Amino acid sequence: MAEEKPKIKMAVYWGSACGGCCVSVLDVHEALFDVVAAADLVFWPIALDTKYQDVEAMTDGYIDLTLYNGAVRNSENEKIAKLLRQKSKILVAYGSCAHLGGIPGLANFTTKEKIFERVYHDSESTVNSERVYPKTEYEVAEGILDLPEFYNDVRALADVVDVDYFMPGCPPQTARLVEVFMAIVTGAELPPPGSVIGAGDKAQCDECSRKKSENKRIKKFYRPWEVVDDGETCFLEQGLLCMGPATRTGCDFRCIEGNAPCRGCYGPTPDAVDPGAKMMSAVASVIDEKEPAAIEKVLSDLVDPAGYFYRYSLPSSYIRRVMS
Amino acid sequence: MEFNPKIMAFLCKWCSYTGADLAGTSRMEYKPNVHAIRVMCSGRIEPTFVLKAFRQGADGVLICGCHPGDCHYQEGNYKCLRRFHLLKRYVKQMGIEPERIKLEWISASEGKQYAELVNSFTQTITELGPCQVKETMEVLT
Repeated sequence: MAEEKPKIKMAVYWGSACGGCCVSVLDVHEALFDVVAAADLVFWPIALDTKYQDVEAMTDGYIDLTLYNGAVRNSENEKIAKLLRQKSKILVAYGSCAHLGGIPGLANFTTKEKIFERVYHDSESTVNSERVYPKTEYEVAEGILDLPEFYNDVRALADVVDVDYFMPGCPPQTARLVEVFMAIVTGAELPPPGSVIGAGDKAQCDECSRKKSENKRIKKFYRPWEVVDDGETCFLEQGLLCMGPATRTGCDFRCIEGNAPCRGCYGPTPDAVDPGAKMMSAVASVIDEKEPAAIEKVLSDLVDPAGYFYRYSLPSSYIRRVMS
Repeated sequence: MEFNPKIMAFLCKWCSYTGADLAGTSRMEYKPNVHAIRVMCSGRIEPTFVLKAFRQGADGVLICGCHPGDCHYQEGNYKCLRRFHLLKRYVKQMGIEPERIKLEWISASEGKQYAELVNSFTQTITELGPCQVKETMEVLT
């Protein structure tokens, strides 16, 4: 059916990523045939032997759709983000890392210096008494070798280039990708640039199938292994932290359906400027204590509030990194 | 140059803002470093407000509400209290001194206590020095 129509040109790139987003593209399974029938994949490092030079040789705006996954951690990520921006008509920040900074963004809890120290000196399997650390340039007999520069701050894609659309998720649900892809291929009307696509506007809690009572009260927080989940009551009401109140729908409740609390990968609801702060607000207000000492006791069960509430969104929050 | 801290205050309409008003109408003298914002209830003050204040250059944030049991909306100040305790834990993790956020209960009749609170909090923040958040967030490295 798509054969009569000209194919769109598509690119998929990974910045600072785990590879899961690229795999989520492959997860379209047999629909991949529909994808390749409708699109020419012109650049996709995980699957195709294409080089940066090939992209550089393209005319500006040559690529119709680029899915950029991964955060911006080093100068290579940034350079390719800028290159793909220039060469693409539509640039999508694909997945939590490109959208909000994601898991790599948790590195903003520390510094480049400390990371290098740990990785290249302190780690148990490393012997590096001369403290040889990576350099961006190194001269050898054949000439100068170069490596990308490792930044101190991890950033989301939109901090580096203009992004047309954001597709949240760790990784985005493949079904959402197919919907978005088909909308672009069929020339359906697209939302205004800057929109979040492939996700709902409501909070997870609004559509969650677990049983909720009107009056949530929490006396104690538990780690998941401390509770025998009954399989049907709201996780928060069982004392388990769940990011549902501050997280968008769109994931089809994959975690909750699997009896695991929401971790918040779909990012904040449209009204939440700072995702973690929204969640702190929701969680703190349901604690069933009124005395400071008692409140502190309940809160002491939360071992890592910042890491938990900003698991996927630290680089996009108000306090983007720890003070050094 | 002498450090002149910028302090944001969120005051509930029913008690604390009225208390601050009383300090003013009674012509009490207190430090001019506090910029007050009136909110309907201390329960309306979300952690987002406090973090945004720091991001935009506040050196300290003061939150005031009705005394426990006196909330115009029954429970708002308790919600505020719980959020305050969680927020303090969070800012500490981010390397911000928790003393930069203060929660106090000020009733409508406590103009004097409000003036003293502003003075003592301004003193605390002056001793802590400038907050690094705004500067740190502006530099991407």
